[in-house]
Amino acid sequence: MTRGKAVEVFNVSKRFGDYQALDHVDFTIQENEFFTLLGPSGCGKTTLLRMIAGFETPSEGAIVLFGQEIDRLPAHKRHVNTVFQSYALFPHMTLAQNIAFGLENLGWDKPRREVRVAEMLELVHMTAFASRRPDQLSGGQRQRIALARALAPEPKVLLLDEPLSALDLKLRQAMRDELRALQRQTGITFIFVTHDQKEALDMSDRICVLGQGRVQQIGTPAEIYEEPENRFVADFIGETNFLDAEVIALDGARARIRTPLGLEFDAAQKGLSGPGPATLSLRPEKIGLQEQATGNVLTGTIRSRNYMGGYTHFVVETGGASLRVSRRNAVSQAESYAVGQEVRLGFRDESVRVLAR
Amino acid sequence: MSTAHNVRHYPGAGLVTWVFFLWLYAPIAVVIWLSFNENRLVSVWTGFSMKWYEAALSNRALLDALRVSLTVAVVATTIATLVALSAAMVLSRNETMRFRRLSETVVNLPLLLPEIVVAVASLILFSQLGFSNGMARLIVAHSAFCTPFAFLPIRARMQGMSRDYEEAAKDLYAAPFTAFRRVTLPLILPGVFAGAMLAFVISMDDFITSNLLATGGTTTLPVYIFGLIKQGTTPELNAISTLLIFASLIIATFALVLSARSMRRG
Repeated sequence: MTRGKAVEVFNVSKRFGDYQALDHVDFTIQENEFFTLLGPSGCGKTTLLRMIAGFETPSEGAIVLFGQEIDRLPAHKRHVNTVFQSYALFPHMTLAQNIAFGLENLGWDKPRREVRVAEMLELVHMTAFASRRPDQLSGGQRQRIALARALAPEPKVLLLDEPLSALDLKLRQAMRDELRALQRQTGITFIFVTHDQKEALDMSDRICVLGQGRVQQIGTPAEIYEEPENRFVADFIGETNFLDAEVIALDGARARIRTPLGLEFDAAQKGLSGPGPATLSLRPEKIGLQEQATGNVLTGTIRSRNYMGGYTHFVVETGGASLRVSRRNAVSQAESYAVGQEVRLGFRDESVRVLAR
Repeated sequence: MSTAHNVRHYPGAGLVTWVFFLWLYAPIAVVIWLSFNENRLVSVWTGFSMKWYEAALSNRALLDALRVSLTVAVVATTIATLVALSAAMVLSRNETMRFRRLSETVVNLPLLLPEIVVAVASLILFSQLGFSNGMARLIVAHSAFCTPFAFLPIRARMQGMSRDYEEAAKDLYAAPFTAFRRVTLPLILPGVFAGAMLAFVISMDDFITSNLLATGGTTTLPVYIFGLIKQGTTPELNAISTLLIFASLIIATFALVLSARSMRRG
């Protein structure tokens, strides 16, 4: 299947007075893609989404939708639909009327509208609720109707602004699966905004990590997690240990590293231009304890132990540095480690990512 | 609610409440009671009679005054509500507008100015302009001072309404006017309704401006009643007042029911 370009964001900047919300953001979203804009609050992700929807205009740059520049197109003429964070279901209309609203504005005749509304209600398993009003629904049901309303006019792109943030944990997990399935089923390009990295990793084809108004990295969930390109991404996605180190030699994407802990090894690097100080990122689950300690081996003392259900988190002090280590509680081995105990730690060269400091 | 913090359980709360309601409604109760008095003297009760109602309802001058009042109130309310609605739309949906605070103050200014000053000013202005049609003068003046009363509830409702609804409407391909008609207006309707009711009541109730601007043939009801009092109070006045009280009660109940209904939906 050849994929066209759904949304192209060309060098877009947005200033609100003195505040730079977006700073030369540039990327392309493919047709059919589940694309996530991920970042902390205030990183500009919602502003970007609102620009695509037509509620904000870029201060600089352009946005192209399926080959058409849309900067001068008002929101009601753009063939994109939004699922709002608040859902924004019209309280004075029934659910069926809510779903039909977009279709009416597009000039669909009544029989066609009715068929489509029924289809949409069925898609989100809400057929029995057609004549209810939004205030008679639970959060999860509103969420579904908001989705049905946005999908009904067959948008080319569906924008989702943190749609799961108002739901409780169990429901959120179920809705993640449903959203993913809906995207596959409809083949519509989804642009999903969230600050929740777990959501992003779980659902996306590709993730764009935004921070301080800039694109920090774009890639598949695995790329973002395993191969962060800078400290911001490594820090924001998942947990990691940052260690100061010295690059003593650089050969393309590989760097020869010397750490203050006395280790010397080769590791993958990103963003360095020559020897000098650098930061190592090492994920807690990639550090082995005792018999699993292979590769580069250190000794340390367990300073704390936190039982987290599926995992146990340790903080291990070694040569002046504190390392976070996490172990799966597959068998009850976590119990066998005590605070104050001396342990061997080990990690392999491939687990380390060398980044600019 | 815990009983300790419920005002009803404070010592003397019951007594204060009764005194308050007595103070508020005793005069009104007296008027209603005496409107059924058969005697020509207002304060001497001699028996039950409906004859003052009969007199009031067959009083041509009174009916004319009522007609003038209603005409002015309906037209002025319509104008004031439309102006207030437009002002509220602009002032609550356009943050970047220049002189926004100033504009809002200007809209609300008639609330703060002493009415007599504005009334005299209007009188002078209208005579300078040679604007002598009594009814038109009343409508123009009433529309002006009713506007802020209509504006405040509409503005409050608009401010309380999430902008997401309008954006959702536009996102769903509604052109600006369609979005207004099908989403914004229905959602702020309770505010618009409250504003219109307030404007109507203020217009019906106005005495100072109407008294100064009215010409022969355009006497409003309050001005007419004031004229009656100057000739000495008659039981007919009590009958008129009682009719007005019941008319107000009916309108207020109607308004309350309507706005409660649309609030539930909003």
